[in-house]
Order: sequence, then C-alpha cells, then structure tokens
Amino acid sequence: MKKISKGNLIDLVALMAENQQVYLPVKANGETNYARYTAGAEVDIDTLKTVKSAKEVFFPQSETLYTVVTEDKKYKITQQELQKEEFVLFGVRPCDVKGIEVLDRVFLTDPVDTFYKARRDHGVIVSFACSEPEESCFCKVFGIDCAEPNADVACWVKDGEIFWKALTAKGEALTEKCASVLADADETAVDTLKSDIRNIVEKLPYMNLSLEGWNGEVTDEKFNSEIWETLYKPCLACGTCTFVCPTCQCYDIKDYKTSNGIQKYRCWDSCMYSDFTMMAHGNNRTTQLQRYRQRFMHKLVYFPKNNDGMYSCVGCGRCVDKCPASTNIVKVIKAFMNEEAGK
Amino acid sequence: MQELIKRITELLENGEVQRVVGWKKGDLGYNPEPAYFETAEALKDFVYDGFCGANLSKYMIKACELEGKTLVLLKPCDTYSFNQLIKEHRISKEKIYVIGVGCKGKLDIEKIKAMGIKGITAISGVEITDECDTINIETVYGNKTVAYKDAMLERCHVCKGKEHKVYDELFFDSADTDDGDRFAGVDYIESLSPEEKFEFFKKELSKCIRCNACRNVCPACSCRKCVFDSTKFDADRKANVDPFEESMFHIIRAFHVAGRCTDCGECSRVCPQGIPLHLFNRKFIKDINAFYGEYQAGAEVDERSPLTNFTFDDLEPGERR
Repeated sequence: MKKISKGNLIDLVALMAENQQVYLPVKANGETNYARYTAGAEVDIDTLKTVKSAKEVFFPQSETLYTVVTEDKKYKITQQELQKEEFVLFGVRPCDVKGIEVLDRVFLTDPVDTFYKARRDHGVIVSFACSEPEESCFCKVFGIDCAEPNADVACWVKDGEIFWKALTAKGEALTEKCASVLADADETAVDTLKSDIRNIVEKLPYMNLSLEGWNGEVTDEKFNSEIWETLYKPCLACGTCTFVCPTCQCYDIKDYKTSNGIQKYRCWDSCMYSDFTMMAHGNNRTTQLQRYRQRFMHKLVYFPKNNDGMYSCVGCGRCVDKCPASTNIVKVIKAFMNEEAGK
Repeated sequence: MQELIKRITELLENGEVQRVVGWKKGDLGYNPEPAYFETAEALKDFVYDGFCGANLSKYMIKACELEGKTLVLLKPCDTYSFNQLIKEHRISKEKIYVIGVGCKGKLDIEKIKAMGIKGITAISGVEITDECDTINIETVYGNKTVAYKDAMLERCHVCKGKEHKVYDELFFDSADTDDGDRFAGVDYIESLSPEEKFEFFKKELSKCIRCNACRNVCPACSCRKCVFDSTKFDADRKANVDPFEESMFHIIRAFHVAGRCTDCGECSRVCPQGIPLHLFNRKFIKDINAFYGEYQAGAEVDERSPLTNFTFDDLEPGERR
C-alpha cells in the first residue's frame, strides 16, 4: 500500500502524464466527464458519477473507422490507426469497472472488435472506492462492493490522503513509474473506511431491490407481461439512459460525406430511437413500448442468457439521475417485484 | 390534495373523462414521473409537489389519438404550451379536460445536489399545500434544510405569471416566484465579442451527447417526423463524427421553434449535461419583442405569431428598431 496527499493529486497526475496519456474525470462548464488530462484541467475526483461513464474511453461516442478519398478516379482507403500507446484511465468507480467487464464480453469475444481491444490492451485502470455513495446507487444489488475496487490499481480517499494499492502486474508497473511521489502506507489504513462505506451502502434506499426472477430463462414470461404497457408511457424516447449507461453497447456504422470521399464512422446507437435495428426489410420494433421493453429485457434477460448469467446493468444509477421523465431500471424492477407480490 | 383527487375520481367515475395524465409518486422523494391514471384505485399514487416540473401538455398529442376525453393537470406555464399546440392543430381542446393547478415554483434536484447534499432518503416541505419556504431533506449523511427558492429551476425565477391561460377548473393557490431578469443571460451574451460568443457556445455545446432529450421534451418540437430522424440525412439523431452538435443541431432547432417557443424551459431542465439551451430561445424571443412588439407565444390561441404574419409595419431585412 502507498499513499499521497490529496492536495498533491495533480503532481501524481502530471507525473503519469509525462510519458503516457491520462484520462480522468475533468470538470468543464459545470459538468464532470472523462477527458484527456492537459495541464490546467480541472481534475475532479470528488464528483461520484461523471455524466457519461468511463466506457467512452474504450468505446467513444463516435469514432472514425476508415476514410475513403477519391484521387484520379481511384479510391484511396486509409484505415484509422489503432491505439498504440499505453494510457492510464484514472478515477474510475467500481460500477464503471464492472461496466467495462460487461463490454469485454461483447467486444472481446469472437469476432473481436480491434478498435476496442487495442484500447483495452493499452489501458491501465486506476479505480477509486466510493467514499460517499449516493441514493441512486445500487451496485451492491449486482454484486459489486464499492469499498473494494477491482482494477489494476485500487485507491481510497481518506482524511485528505489517497491510498494506492496495485492489484495487477500492470498496476505494479504504474506504481513504479509513480514511485517518486508515492509514500509507503500501512495496509490496514483503509479498513475502517471500508466498513464505513459498507454501512452507508446498507442504508441506501435501493438496497431492498431484488433481482429474483430475472435470468436468461424468463424471456416469454417477462416479454409478454402487461406491465410494460404502463411502464413505457412516460418515456420521451430520448437517448439519455443509453448514452449515460456504462454498459449500453449498441452502435451504428455510418458514412460521413467529405468533399472528396467519405469517412466511415461508428457512433453510439440507442434502442430508444425509432430507427434502431432498421433493416432493408423495415423495422422489427415499431412502437416505443417495444423499444422501451428491449432495453430492460436486454439488460436483465437476454444478456445473462448469452453471458453465463451476467447482467448488463451494474447499478450505477445514472439513468435514475438523468432520465428526464424519471423512469428507469429500478422502477422497472420494482414494478415486477410488486406484480409478483400481488399474485 | 384530497379534494383534487376526489374531483378527479368523480370525473373518471361518471365517465366524463376516460383517463388522467398527471404525476405519479417517485421512489426517492424527488423523482415523480408523468403517468396515465385510468382508475380511481390507481390515483393512490398521484402526486403534485415541487418536483412535478414536467410539462404534460405534449403528452396530449398522443392522448388526443385515444378514445374519449383525457384529463390533464397543467401548471400556469404549461398552459402556454397547451395553447400553442392547439394553435398548431396538434391537439384538440374538445378531447381534453384541463385542471389548472397552482404553482409555487418547481425544484431542480441538480441544484440541491450541487450544494453537496447526497444520499437523500426523504424530502418534505415541497407539497403544493405546504408553505414552500424551506425544504427538509433527510440523507444517510444527516439532515439538511434548503431554502425553497435556492433550489428552484431557473425558469421559475423568471416566471411568466401564475395565471392559467386555459382551464376548465382550478385547484391550489400559487406563490409569486418571479425575482429574476428574464433576459439577463441574453444581455450578457450580447455584450460579448463575436470570438467570446463563439467560445461560450462551443464550450457549452461540445457537452451535447445528442440524446435529443431537449427535442423530445419540447412541446414546440411536435413534427410527425423530425428532419433529424431521417435516415437519409447525414446529420441524423446520433452523434456525428464532426462537431455538428456544436455548430448546427441546436441552432437549427432554435430557429425552427422561433416564434412558437413559449419559454417553458423544459429543454434546459432535461439536458443531462446542463447546457443552458433556453438562452437560444430567449434570444429569439427578445428579438421578436424588439422587432415586432411584445409577444408571448401561447398566451392567446387566435392571434397570429409575428413570424407567420405580415403587416406593412414589418421591418425590412437589416433594419433595426
């Protein structure tokens, strides 16, 4: 275990940034999101949840895949370069770390997504325990312990100090690079903090949420429930929940016309949008009820069905915080809980 | 509150209305959701408090396609949007029964959280029948109090007034909340140099995640098919590979709702990235006021909007008043 005064955080970040890119929560115009560190950036590790999750560092909202340029009546195709340099992703909360594990299931299984894999191979993740969990958090429901980060390096903030513990070989290597600003610390220094965090977690309003009945085997039962008819009604069909979500992974691939060719790019898609999964024959989901249902069925039924029971929700609560109509996955789970109880 | 619920129940049970669109209790004390109530029993979850900021008028477009009459609860500012939708033939008053509800200002949970208040387990003092002076907040980190007006949405500080422009019945008293200058933000931006203006909007709009929440919540954005939903358009609803959001999307939208925007403030309320989108609309409103005389969209159903009207007094291009 190592430590550094929180007041010297920028020294640590600047040192890391000397020989690699560092992505971390930065506050800009009032909102905190992941961004590449540049000198003078307002680093913000106090905000519990960035608006967008850490997924965008590995899976950006939009990225060019290749470009085509017409030259002398010939096409010249240039593939976008893959990530080649090592980088640090700093300040990630345990729920977002789990979110990345979910994305790995999608992008690292055959066929492997080379753009995603290149970033995963070169990224070192430094995760921070959640000293002060908030009311919209329910990561524990999905088996996450926000007092015990599980990444290359785990960090805790306590009494104005950041405690640092390497958990993997990548983490050890990063620790060595930062040795000049890190001091030795006692392994037990954060024990009381961990139990304090766990005590707070137990008091949070969503701790009674039960996932009983949600698994890969209940497609027909859940799909055909009449509850969806009521649940989807407030939905505005915007993409907020899908874009702030650390596990939503759907994307679209499109052409952007340039003056002399095209840029082939991909961008986050949203199952809330009416052209989602639009194909040549048309669209297999024509109503908002169907699209709304898709999102939750995917997280709680289809994904576990195809991934050894792993849910594709991590309980970060961003949809709870951000849905403009205050509908969200918690309300969906609760509605089914009440339905079961009423039977 | 019991009187309102009693009256709504009566209207439902005697068949005068088939359904009610109102707000349903949330599960965190600050997150009620717009909801349809079709039975008296369902009304047990009905709520109307300081967090019912959602403007329900746009839900009437769908409701008007349904069999029978729909009862809707509207705050004073929502009635402007409602009138505007009638004016644009998107909804029909004959299909809707309006209960106007008083308003003491609506709350912005983001403002409360920005005060460092977290781990909220209960909130009180925000019922429409309360004084709405102080908010009591219980959290897992201890209890807090916040002055009601410090937690109000920006739009409530520049309230258009507590008079309902359309209603069948009224419930609850309102409280005056207008203590701000509606055009202060626009004046500030107008005072900047072109470079500074560009920088201001670039910084704000680069936060856009193209979720389209602003468009989808906007009662003036009621096109059956939005231009941005066309798959044949390079800049359809998803994030682009160029800075389209920064430079075009919001400007195009602001132009499209100019003269029709009632300044209900829903765009800014729902933006997950806290972009002050209302500033665009207010700039248009300010200019329309200056060029054509004071005009408030949605105040009247029958008057013509300055931008769809012609008079010999109209300004010539480039002329200023």
